[in-house]
Amino acid sequence: MNKPKSVFESRLAARHRQGRLFGAVCMASTWFGIGVLVVLLAGVTWQAAGWLNWSFLTNFDSRHPEQAGILAGLWGSLWLILFTTLFSVPVGVGAALYLEEYESNGWLQRLIQVNLSNLAGVPSIVYGILGLTVFVRMFGVFGSQPKVVALSLGFTDLEIPLPFGRTVIAAALTLTLLILPVVIVAAQEALRAVPSSIRTASYALGATKWQTIRHQVLPAAAPGILTGVILAVSRAIGETAPLVMIGALTYVAFTPGDISSPTDIITNPAGLAEAPFDTFTALPIQIFNWVSRPKTEYQHVAAAGILVLLTVLLVLNGVAIALRHRYQKRIRW
Amino acid sequence: MKGDSHLLLRRFSLSRAKEQAIQFSLFLCALLSVVTTLGIIIVLVNEAVVAVGPNAAFFQEVSLKEFFTDTRWTPQFADKHFGVLPLLAGTFLIAGIAALIALPIGLASAIYLCEYAAPRTRDFVKPSLEILAGVPTVVYGYFALVFVTPYLLKPIFQDLLGFDVGVFNAASAGIVVGVMILPMVSSLSEDALRAVPRGLREAGYALGSTKFDVSVKIVLPAAASGIMASFLLAISRAVGETMAVSIAAGMTPALTMNPFRSVQTMTSYIVNVSLGDTPAGSVQYQSLYAIALTLFCITLAMNILSQVVLSRYREVYE
Repeated sequence: MNKPKSVFESRLAARHRQGRLFGAVCMASTWFGIGVLVVLLAGVTWQAAGWLNWSFLTNFDSRHPEQAGILAGLWGSLWLILFTTLFSVPVGVGAALYLEEYESNGWLQRLIQVNLSNLAGVPSIVYGILGLTVFVRMFGVFGSQPKVVALSLGFTDLEIPLPFGRTVIAAALTLTLLILPVVIVAAQEALRAVPSSIRTASYALGATKWQTIRHQVLPAAAPGILTGVILAVSRAIGETAPLVMIGALTYVAFTPGDISSPTDIITNPAGLAEAPFDTFTALPIQIFNWVSRPKTEYQHVAAAGILVLLTVLLVLNGVAIALRHRYQKRIRW
Repeated sequence: MKGDSHLLLRRFSLSRAKEQAIQFSLFLCALLSVVTTLGIIIVLVNEAVVAVGPNAAFFQEVSLKEFFTDTRWTPQFADKHFGVLPLLAGTFLIAGIAALIALPIGLASAIYLCEYAAPRTRDFVKPSLEILAGVPTVVYGYFALVFVTPYLLKPIFQDLLGFDVGVFNAASAGIVVGVMILPMVSSLSEDALRAVPRGLREAGYALGSTKFDVSVKIVLPAAASGIMASFLLAISRAVGETMAVSIAAGMTPALTMNPFRSVQTMTSYIVNVSLGDTPAGSVQYQSLYAIALTLFCITLAMNILSQVVLSRYREVYE
């Protein structure tokens, strides 16, 4: 009668062995990803050793690998990020507010939600083609010669070319469309985490909907939104494919608006108005260009560029993670 | 007294108008995402299928039959052929290699993180995987070209096994794309595993199951729809991946299943053309839009399929 029990017990050791083996395989798989990350970072650092120095950060690109630098890419990326953030934060947060606070269960909300998850899956190069057609060429309606619209700013004229052409502003608008779904979804999650009792309390005191959002909901959701925005923007910094489509220049010996150091902002304020409508290059574009060059020395230059790019990204990610960590602990509803 | 209430009413209607204006502008922000989708479709269809401008659209010059059955893709040559098959083959060869790496490893690491790992390990591993996911794709391309091909593929497959490994090859691109989508598989699958209620696991243990039995025979089947959805999303991401592939796989459209040869994918063709000077309106320029439309349809279909899998086959435990 106790046969099933003895069968169970005789097999138990083998089953536990099988389980331990399976656990070990799963653990190895987990460490595989981290191992690759370590190898990647170590390899790039090794290749970049001796090439990443101060002159690399302050030189323009060059035909001589030893003199090649990343200054144009740094300033190009800085301008891109500035404008991408300026465009994507208000629109992204606005859209999230509408979806969460105003239209939270309508058919429109469902449509937009499905649409958002599909947009997030669209390859970035397709956004590049969208940007090329809509912002760079503007469907060709302005012909081949750009028309310039001048606006007076007091100290200088703002000259807007139409179509935008291969400029900072066209690229920033493209990147905005690219990261908008990410920003919206992150902002939605942050808004959803704000308890409804806060809203109800605000209404009870006679506040209108907008007053409630402006003074209660947004400040409470701000850290979460900020974290999402930083992560989305750090994705935009590394994006290469759309910028290649837009036609970011690969060999550049100037910075947008000729502003190549913080002091230039004071000495050359007119440059600030020129920069958005200037042609540009960006960090990942320069790296791509160096990787594609046949001379082997450029592999080291590319590695140095990658190290700069990764440092920027790691700092941004670190800030985002720290923010998340800090506010998760501090806020108790 | 009457004046006061008048004033109040006026202020009330003023603030109501302001509320309405704010709601309307927020609505416009939300609408932008729909406009973006429409914009993508209109832009692609306009150059590829029906042209509004003076030039004929791509598919008005190249028949659908030629596009999908011709086995040569040579838009740059004098003898132009527009057969998308070599590009599709290159794309799916690389996506296939990426899937071979990312799907099993990603799923195994999801099981480890959800079922086996101590919370402290998870606190370290998850952010590290997030960093892996945040590495720009151009960096992966560099890694494939400078490390994977010379230090991994050449010693093993060329020196040891006698294959002819090119400088640019599909295998190195596939491997790095696999590493790139690995965090996505892992984190989405882990979410699916985590959604399986504790009660199922405890019931398994109560019946005398080991941890292996519970993980593989109970939790895994219960989370199957979410895992499938994560696989589909990851493969769709691999299909749309651009920079790593352009750098590591080369620019040779080839109808081949040899992973050690140079191939061209749909995305790397687009990059290749946009790096050169192609006049707007030429057939070659419009082929960009035709390829992008094909790519958009494929990735969209996979995304929608993953949502269908998720909603139709989800087991609801409440």
